[in-house]
Order: sequence, then structure tokens, then C-alpha cells
Amino acid sequence: MKGNEALAEAAIRAGCRHFFGYPITPQTEVSAYMSKKMPKIGGTFLQAESELAAINMVLGAASAGVRAMTSSSSPGISLKSEGISYIAGSDLPCLILNVMRGGPGLGGIQPSQADYWQATHAMGHGDLHVLAFAPSTVQEMVDTVMTAFDLADKYRMPAMILADGLLGQMMEPVSFPEVEPHPIEKPWAACGHGGKRPHNIINSLYLQPEELEQKVRERFERYELVKANEAREEEYLTDDAEIVVVAYGATARIAKSAINAARAEGIKAGLIRPITVWPFPQKGIEKACQNPSVQKFLAVEMSMGQMVDDVRLVVNGRKPVDFYGRTGGIIPSPAEILAKIKSMGGAQ
Amino acid sequence: MAIVYQKPKALTDATMHYCPGCTHGIIHKLVAEALTELNVEDHAVGVCPVGCSVMAYNYFTCDMVEAPHGRAPAVATGLKRAIPSNVVFTYQGDGDLAAIGTAETVHSATRGENITIIFVNNAIYGMTGGQMAPTTLPGQVTQTTPYGRDTNTAGYPVRVCEMLSTLDGVAYATRVSVDSVPNIKKAKEAIKKAFQTQIEGKGFSIVEVLSACPTNWGLTPVEALQWLRDNMMPYYPLGVYKDKTAEGVKHHD
Repeated sequence: MKGNEALAEAAIRAGCRHFFGYPITPQTEVSAYMSKKMPKIGGTFLQAESELAAINMVLGAASAGVRAMTSSSSPGISLKSEGISYIAGSDLPCLILNVMRGGPGLGGIQPSQADYWQATHAMGHGDLHVLAFAPSTVQEMVDTVMTAFDLADKYRMPAMILADGLLGQMMEPVSFPEVEPHPIEKPWAACGHGGKRPHNIINSLYLQPEELEQKVRERFERYELVKANEAREEEYLTDDAEIVVVAYGATARIAKSAINAARAEGIKAGLIRPITVWPFPQKGIEKACQNPSVQKFLAVEMSMGQMVDDVRLVVNGRKPVDFYGRTGGIIPSPAEILAKIKSMGGAQ
Repeated sequence: MAIVYQKPKALTDATMHYCPGCTHGIIHKLVAEALTELNVEDHAVGVCPVGCSVMAYNYFTCDMVEAPHGRAPAVATGLKRAIPSNVVFTYQGDGDLAAIGTAETVHSATRGENITIIFVNNAIYGMTGGQMAPTTLPGQVTQTTPYGRDTNTAGYPVRVCEMLSTLDGVAYATRVSVDSVPNIKKAKEAIKKAFQTQIEGKGFSIVEVLSACPTNWGLTPVEALQWLRDNMMPYYPLGVYKDKTAEGVKHHD
């Protein structure tokens, strides 16, 4: 199944019945799939007039308490950032899919990971975070959707799946787990009070600075819980590694091939693959810092180097951190990454 | 003693923040009366704009959502699609609806979105201190048209009801005023009819309400109402611009 379609099907299976989108390459198949399926199951597919409108329709549906989502690609995500800030500021759960393409500006339509900073550090104005997942296979995209909706509901914050054009367009075998969605009670929702409670207000405006600071502090206490409990990562051949590659998403798969090739040549390389990029997983890198066999880190990304900042923050100067990246829609090859590993002195 | 008049149940006891002579209070009351009389307040959800009525969520007893600037019709669309049996309305000013939110307004209308928009047109940006609005009249002096709105450089005002009435998705579009008691009574009937249109599933309804902003117009409340009559009413004629309700037109599924 194609990555984008698998993701759409997974969202439906996770109980999402409200999808609001706007066409953009390379995520088009998500909308197309939703437009085919939603009318048959009593759901809503709505092609909005803009990304701004689509994300605000998500805001409205999420306010009513239902599982709602939108999907887009890099330039469209920038347009959505206004709504994402309001959604975060109103403590609403939702799912946003970013099938990243090259930027800045209109950029290109080939795969990219250059929206990492945006997703993890600046997904809208104000003090806010979104839960950001970076699956690396179509199967993992499918498995992530339910988790993303569940955690968004649990922590009352937007969740994002940070895919790229490679994963979205890739066809792989996939199985859908037989798990029923488990939506939780949302007593805060603006769904009509039915005469049973005082009115609910969904709002991000607090004109008194003390009140706003208090609201933001409460939200950041929740963020601390997310950081403590929800960071996810995969380690591959790190125990005896001398060079630890850090890569996420589709790039991590390519890095894995390079690591296997390096091992075949006697170079002890390993991989740490962040599965969540916010919260950024720290345990694997921390362990590698304390592992005497590890000499160097190498961050590999489809960008000019964005996640590498987070790697350096965790490493905190204890070991060298190098970077290799391609950008503009170019996918690094295993041979390129292997050559970089070799150049780092891993051939001895 | 018999009660002959009381505050509608759909208004909270909160003290409103509006300026003296501002007609938002009257329009809030009319909306609340309509919700109460139609017996829908318990399953109504209102959407506030950015502008003077940004804090209207404190004044209505139904569930309320605060939208980003101009996006209220999109937020209302999401709310309505999520729970179609709810009565969903937006309450928006002219800058919110006819400038930054033009796309959301036009497209929710042309989709025939089964929501109701209460559009308060006072020809100025009130909250930010009186700048030119999309509905500011030619020659009108505002903070950002200090020599009067020059149509050569600042263009012409938008007539929202006339524009929207060309769209097939619009079931009911009308312009009313709250400058006098007879007009307030007509405005009340129009707001009720708009909600009724939605309740019957007939599609998009909008009530444009000509409204006074004495503070930013630099007039006394009484002078402001006269200014509205003398200047706004000729440019924005009152009346029904679209009414498909009599034809029994059905909203799409």
C-alpha cells in the first residue's frame, strides 16, 4: 500500500471521521483516499478553500470533541502554523500530517526533512510544542497514527506526523492491527451543554499577563510529563559501536544500509533513530556518551542540519558530533553515508 | 408583580466591556433572545471573532469557541460537521469577516454550510482604535484614512450581502440596522429567521447588522445613530437580499 493511503486508512481505523484538507504535492493521496472513504462511513471529507481554513475546521471539530485531522506538505504547514498555535493555546487535540518537501518558499516537490526546526521548535507563535512523530516505514506510519491520536487526547495537544515525500509515495506491504479506537471523555468540549453543565469556552486569549503566564506554565508542566513518558527511539548495533549515526524517518533506513555496509567492511557503526522528534529522545545518546567504545556521532538528515542541534545539546561537548546532509529534495545514498563514515576515521 | 421584560436567559450576568453607545450590547441581546425563544441555547455553539466582540464568549450562556482572526466560519464549519444537530453561529465584525476572513466567508457561503453568521458592520476597526475597514465609506475619516477614504488608493467598500447573494449556497442573506426601535424589532426577526433557516437545514444564513461605533467615529451615541442613518444606510440599503427559505430548498447531505 502507498504510504499516504496507508496513513489515511490508519486514521480512519483510529476513529477519525473528520478530515479537512487542501491539495498539495506530495500528500495528495491522503485527501484522495479520504474523499473516497469518508462518505461511505458517515464521516466528513471537506476540501477547504485554503490551508488556513482547513486547520481552523480542524480547530472547530476538535473543539466539538471529535478526532479531527488535516494533512499537508511544507508550504501548506507554514500556512497552518497560525491555526496550530491557536489549537495548542486552546489545549485541543488533533492530528496534522506533514509530508515534507524541499524548501524554503515553494522549494520543490521531492522528499526533504527541512521542516524539523519548524515541527520541533517553532510550530507557531508563542510558547508551545506539538507532539512530533517521525516514522521510518509505511508500517510504522500506520502504527503511529493511533498512538498520535491517543496521546494528543491524553495531553490535550496537537500531534504531528513528520513524514517525507519518500515515505508518503513509497509502496510497502502493511498490516492494520485489529485494535479498536479508545476515545476518552472530553468534558471540556464545546458540544452543547444540554442544560447539564455551565457553558464551556474554548479560548486562547488571556489579557491579564499573570493569568496567561499561569496557563502557559500549566501547559509546560504537561509538556514535562510528555518528555518524561513519551520519547521514543530505536537503537541498532550501538553496544559496540565506535561511530553512532543519528537519523530519523526515511533517512534512518538509508543510514541503516550504510551501517550494514560499514560493518561488512569491519567498521563498527551503529544507529540511534529518534521515533519522536519532539520530545527528542535522550536516553540512547546519553548511553552512547557514556559508552567508552563510542568515539563520534554523525547526524544524517535531508536538510542542511537541523536535528544535529538537538544531538549536540544532548552530547553537550562530551564527544565530537559530525553532520552529513543533502537537501533540496536529494536523497542521500547509502554509499555517500558510508563514505562519510569512513572519512570520520572509522576504517581502522 | 408580573414580569413584563427580562434579560434573555442566553445572556450571562457578566458586565459587558463595550463602550457607551456601542450597539454590540443590543445585538448580543437580540441573538440571545433568538436562541432562547427558539429553545436551542442548550445545543448552540457560538464562535467569536477577533475584534471588539472577541470576548463575547463571556456573555453568551451557550458553549463558545474563540477563533483566529477571520477564521470563524471555518471554525464553525468544523463544529457543525462534527455535530450537525447543534446550532452553530459566528459573531463577526467587518474587518474580521470582510477583510482577513473574506475567503472563509465566501467559501462557507458557497458550500451552503448550514451555519448562521451575525455580521456586525460599523464601517471601522473598533478594537485597534479606529482604522479603515473594508466597509469604511468613501471619504470617511479614520485613523488610517486621515484625509478621508480615497477610493483611488484605498478602493471601495464591500457590500457583503449583495456579494454573497449571488452564491447558490446562500439560503438567507439580509441587512438590518439597530439604529431605532422599529429597526431593532426587524433585526430581531431577521436573526430569528436566520437561526430557523439553519434549524430547518436549509443552508447558509447571514444577518448583516448596521451598527454604531461612537468612540471611533468621534460622535456622541445619538449623533452616531444619525450618522449611521445619513451615511451608512444609503450605501448599505436595508432589506432581504436572498431568501430561499420560502422555496423549500434542501441543504446538501
